[in-house]
Amino acid sequence: MNWYGHLTKVRKGRGVISLVIALLAVFALLATSCGNDDDGDTVEAPEATQAPEAAEEPEATEAPAPAPDPRGNALGDGSLGIVEVEAGEAIQIRSLQAITGDVAGFGLPIDRAAYIAADDYGPIHGFDVDLGASLDDLCGADGGQAAAQTIVADDRVIGVLGTSCSGAAVAAAPLVTNAGMVMISGGNTSPALTSDLAGTAGPNHVKGYYRTAHNDLYQGAAMAKFVFGELGFTTAAAIHDGDPYTQGLAQAFSDAFEDEGGTMTGFSGVNKDDTDMVPVLTEIAAGSPEALFFPIFQPAGDFIADQAPGVSGLEDTVLLAADGLLNANYLPLPQTAGMYFSGPDQRFGENVNQSTGKTAADFTAEYESRYGEVPSSAFWAHGYDATILLLDAIAAASWIDDDTLMIDRQGVRDYLYGLRNFNGIIGTINCDAFGDCGSSKITVVQNLGGEENIEASLNNVIYSYEP
Amino acid sequence: MTATLPPTSSPQLEAPLAAPRPALAHDWRRIARMGSIAAFAQVFIALSNMPVALDGRTMVKPVLSLGYLVLLILPFAAGYRQGHQTKLEGVTQHAAGPNEVVGGLACGMIAGGGLSLLAVLLANFDLRDPLVNWSPILLDTLTFGNAPWFAVVIWLAIGAGAGASGGVLRLLGPRSRRATVTMVLAVIGAAVLESLMVDLADGLRLEALTDRLYAKRGGVTWPGALVLAAVSGGLAVVGRGRFRTARARLANLEGAKRSRANAGLILAAAAVLIVLPLFAGKLTNELLANVGLFVLLALGLNVVVGLAGILDLGYVAFFAVGSYSAAVLTAATSPKISPEMPWLVALIVVVVITGLVGLFIGAPVIRMRGDYLAIVTLGFGEIIRLLFQSDWLSGWFGGAQGITLIPGANIFGLTEVSGTDPRRVFYLVLAFCALAIYVSWRLERSRLGRAWMAVREDETVAEAMGINTVNVKLLAFVVGAILGSFSGAIFAAKVGSVFPSSFLILVSIVILVVVIFGGMGNIVGVIAGSAVLIGVLGGPKQPGLLAEFSEFKLLIYGALLVWMMLARPEGLIPSVRRTRELHQVEMAQDAWLRGQVDGEDGGGGDPQPTVQP
Amino acid sequence: MIGKALRRKAPRTGVDWFLTVMRVAALTVVAVGLLAFIAQEIDTNNPFARWANPDATGLTRAQFQGLIVSGVAQGAMYGLIALGYSMVYGVLGFINFAHGEVFMVGAMTGMITSTKLADAGMWESNFIGSLVLIVFVSVIVCALTAVIMERVAYRPLRGSPRLIPLITSIGVSFFLQNVSLVLLGPAAKAYPDVPDWVKSKHTFLEIEGAKILVIVVAAASMVCLWYVVERTKSGKAMRAVAEDAEIAALMGINVNRTIVKVFALGGAMAGMAGILWGILFRSVVHTTGFLPGIKAFSAAVVGGIGHLGGAMTGGLSIGVAESVGPLLILEPLGVSGVSQLRDAVAFAVLIGVLLLRPNGLFGERLPSEDRT
Repeated sequence: MNWYGHLTKVRKGRGVISLVIALLAVFALLATSCGNDDDGDTVEAPEATQAPEAAEEPEATEAPAPAPDPRGNALGDGSLGIVEVEAGEAIQIRSLQAITGDVAGFGLPIDRAAYIAADDYGPIHGFDVDLGASLDDLCGADGGQAAAQTIVADDRVIGVLGTSCSGAAVAAAPLVTNAGMVMISGGNTSPALTSDLAGTAGPNHVKGYYRTAHNDLYQGAAMAKFVFGELGFTTAAAIHDGDPYTQGLAQAFSDAFEDEGGTMTGFSGVNKDDTDMVPVLTEIAAGSPEALFFPIFQPAGDFIADQAPGVSGLEDTVLLAADGLLNANYLPLPQTAGMYFSGPDQRFGENVNQSTGKTAADFTAEYESRYGEVPSSAFWAHGYDATILLLDAIAAASWIDDDTLMIDRQGVRDYLYGLRNFNGIIGTINCDAFGDCGSSKITVVQNLGGEENIEASLNNVIYSYEP
Repeated sequence: MTATLPPTSSPQLEAPLAAPRPALAHDWRRIARMGSIAAFAQVFIALSNMPVALDGRTMVKPVLSLGYLVLLILPFAAGYRQGHQTKLEGVTQHAAGPNEVVGGLACGMIAGGGLSLLAVLLANFDLRDPLVNWSPILLDTLTFGNAPWFAVVIWLAIGAGAGASGGVLRLLGPRSRRATVTMVLAVIGAAVLESLMVDLADGLRLEALTDRLYAKRGGVTWPGALVLAAVSGGLAVVGRGRFRTARARLANLEGAKRSRANAGLILAAAAVLIVLPLFAGKLTNELLANVGLFVLLALGLNVVVGLAGILDLGYVAFFAVGSYSAAVLTAATSPKISPEMPWLVALIVVVVITGLVGLFIGAPVIRMRGDYLAIVTLGFGEIIRLLFQSDWLSGWFGGAQGITLIPGANIFGLTEVSGTDPRRVFYLVLAFCALAIYVSWRLERSRLGRAWMAVREDETVAEAMGINTVNVKLLAFVVGAILGSFSGAIFAAKVGSVFPSSFLILVSIVILVVVIFGGMGNIVGVIAGSAVLIGVLGGPKQPGLLAEFSEFKLLIYGALLVWMMLARPEGLIPSVRRTRELHQVEMAQDAWLRGQVDGEDGGGGDPQPTVQP
Repeated sequence: MIGKALRRKAPRTGVDWFLTVMRVAALTVVAVGLLAFIAQEIDTNNPFARWANPDATGLTRAQFQGLIVSGVAQGAMYGLIALGYSMVYGVLGFINFAHGEVFMVGAMTGMITSTKLADAGMWESNFIGSLVLIVFVSVIVCALTAVIMERVAYRPLRGSPRLIPLITSIGVSFFLQNVSLVLLGPAAKAYPDVPDWVKSKHTFLEIEGAKILVIVVAAASMVCLWYVVERTKSGKAMRAVAEDAEIAALMGINVNRTIVKVFALGGAMAGMAGILWGILFRSVVHTTGFLPGIKAFSAAVVGGIGHLGGAMTGGLSIGVAESVGPLLILEPLGVSGVSQLRDAVAFAVLIGVLLLRPNGLFGERLPSEDRT
């Protein structure tokens, strides 16, 4: 091992000395920084009125004590602090979605729906609602954390609508909920954020986190039951693209399918930039599955559907995909005709949001007139209902005291955890103890093919699943 | 938008000027060419959706949004630039006069004409099929909600106005020009730094000040802008020269005095950085922490690229290895082995692991030629990310699901540093930056550092001088890897989860841009580069102060890299030695020219501000 | 081959020792993987195959052929792109990192023109004519892009240190990619549907029409390029400039114009590859050029940069290796989800080849390298 032989010669003793000095320096700095930090905390204590737990508790006890009347039957016990909105100010909520990058097509409709919903809802107890500027979760943990820091820096914020990507929520949710705020997502589906549906909390579950999107486990189970029960297949394979969402869903399907009694003949992944799918399809073809489930996104989804029939062994395999591909860009592609797609029930039809009276048709009309295009994913509906839930919760947990609106943070949570039989655009909403508020109804549709049949295909429900 | 910065002319070269040129004596073809280039760029900016996307960000409350600001810059820059006279021996230099204004006006008008034309086209044709931003909203933005003819007139006028003011800037004497530029930059700067300023003011209890300066929903208020401009202009006039004299005095100090002054400066900077976060809120601290992480990465890459001249395009590999190994060693949820070490203990193991990975990657690439090395390191970077993402190793690293619930960094049981408190993260990053700066600084001046620079300048000669180039370069690789792993380990503790998507090739490229933009081989430059790029524009997954730019971030990074290489390859704050290397030929020519003019100084067009060694 | 690489440096240091271990390890992995594959092809219950991978399934002949054909088609496109890298390197001695984006510009141009043609009805009625037309448009646009790129970004940098133009080209690459992003949007854009004879497999060898088209057109382009470079006056000028620019200038060759021609020719090849890509995969996004560009760059290096035949060979090797490698070597070794590692295999080939032959398969030190 004489690679270092020469190196030590070059650096001689001085290198060691300087390293020692450097290490000492860093420890010294660390020590000072820790010292400073502790000092910082003590110094800050008086002005730490921003920290919700410590600071707003006195207010909380103060507020109801002198005048218990104005509070009426507003929810909450003040344990997370009370936000005061003075006359003329607005109630602050925020929207945190993936609005740029390759997932913008998914996040943008949810983000825009929040603004439309807030406009529909109007003022709460005479106070306007301010969503501020949209924040970007960049579809990742680091982006979600940075954006969450921006949000929690403003202690007037009551709740956050977001995130789009589960990976971002993993980092953002603890920050947001620690600050006493609530977070309602219209896009996260990872079981880790809520529960495994059997009463065990997911590893990343935190109190104060809710979502109107379905849990992946429902979708995986729905697809598995459809393939095993309806199509009658006993062998299947799955492909994901290395994204936590697609991998999680493919895994959920795979587990559910084996629970049903089927055999998974292959489980593999591609990379998002791959175009030549022959190798991965050949890998899958080796097990001759009857069905191939690839819950991924475009453009990789285009290539799989296109190349699968050409691979020896997959000529007759039935192709299945999930909500990531169930959109107006993918359905018209010639190679996708006849494919099955799982996803949230999109037959919003005559569903009416009970608080605003809006139907899906009203919404899409308004969306189109505002943004000049139709929503690029169906999750706008989840975003819309999530926003209304948050606003309803604020209304239920607030009261007016001397021209000032008092909002009880704990009350907002109480409202959401207690929510039952709420009629939203996505259907009937019930929140469980882990924050899963989504309508658990998953449908499987079959693509009729062609540009002209997009609408019809979305409504061409072959199978629906509700546990 | 650095492009607007007019190059500060070096006054010592001012030769006696000839009389101003007549107002209409122009090389009209040149003006037409510059104007059309600007017009083309304007149309591109408009079609890239920048004006619409950035319209939401108010700069000066009722009058100017960032969206419109980006449309003003180019006509102005073209108007200013057209008055530029090539400084060459034997070419008469004219004093500025009405000529510059007329030229600027014409140039700006052509530039504005691009948008006029676009507005007409937008109103009459539908090209939305390939061009996604060919939308009614864009037309609306360009016409200010009026008929298309209004856009034609108004953009010609705005272009002409901006161009002419660019020309007028040439008329001003150096002092008033500097004051004007300072005023404009102060207002723009204040608008850009808004969230930072408000956050700081909150901590320092100066809300009264920011409440006046900023409007409620963002943007500098109109009176605030005026006051700010007046104050900064005044300061620029009063403080003119003082700064320069102070710097010159500092540069002229010798020996012990100099190092004492330097130490003083460093201490002052350290004091500011230690005290500032105490008064800053979460927002500023988060920003500082993110900038700090990139400073750490950039310092590491600087050792590799800047000092040893090895173009490593896969630097993200070390960041990834640092993050993942810290995650595996500290998190209880790590799939295969979870020793749950305290962070500091884990760090030692992380350093060893990354050092070994550095050796492993370094050994095969070190003998390769520069360009081959670039692609091979890039390949290694991708391979490492793919391995972390693969189902094959998901039993170890979680695959696509990453590793979550990573505990914060526990420092001797005194405090726990995690993402919930960005201030502590910043202090931790600061400590490691200090270490990295110290190490780089010592290394640069050590025998090893000189060996690196010798290898960078000429490997064959270095080898002939008895330097073991292989070992020396390998060591640069390992040092760079270790510095990168610090950043990775802090990142894991800060974010609390690691996913493969945080370690794309893009990260390597961004770090490279930071190093090059700041000034390769120069520690201060690298820090300034991170502060400007990551702080203002944002990192690959970190929002900066101008979060609205996130869609255009990479576009700007790309353009900036090209522009920097063409105009100022030594970077924002160049290292002296590097400048000499890059401008060897020019300097030789200058010297020759000076010889020809018989010792008369100021002959050749030396584009470089003289840097004091 | 290996022996020569080992003998190159006289003093054997730790690094040499380490590299020898790496070479041996790489060759061992490849050999064991291949043997296990052969074993499982003979009989999936073969003890050796079982030992390496208990779930071995093996491939049918048709599947294996499908893999090879798709690898060759992909590799032919890499090769076409790699020609541009190689030619520029030969003449200027620097790697034009942005060349992959020129390819993307070609694919995008093809998408726009073919959609417009499909709107006009010509795409269906006269497919071959439309194809020729989009190739023509795309080749011109790409050549122009490459020439503008040279004029704006690279020409001012001639004579600067080696790394400077390389870094500039990384900037150009990001710039072009994002120009496409902001102008054309992030969504994947589809080519219009192609006639059945392109999509379906032909009785002849059971290969899809598109793949035959790709391979034939790539071969034809290669021959054209060879003719231009070896048999025309401009080609002679290019070779002269590659040999020694200064002497070439003294001999009355317009160096600038020759360099422009080189860029135009490289761009044209990339444009051709872009169209082939569009016909084969029928979908394009702004990132389409990045990874293929990097792989083509690797291909040029693998083949020995500056060597035209080498670029094509390199392209084919990388294409076939990344298509076949995961299933031929990794899967028999019991690696799961091997297709995820396909890019890793492509880069491993690059690293492996450079470990064994530091100048690439056909490479030698170029005159242009000594100049800088």
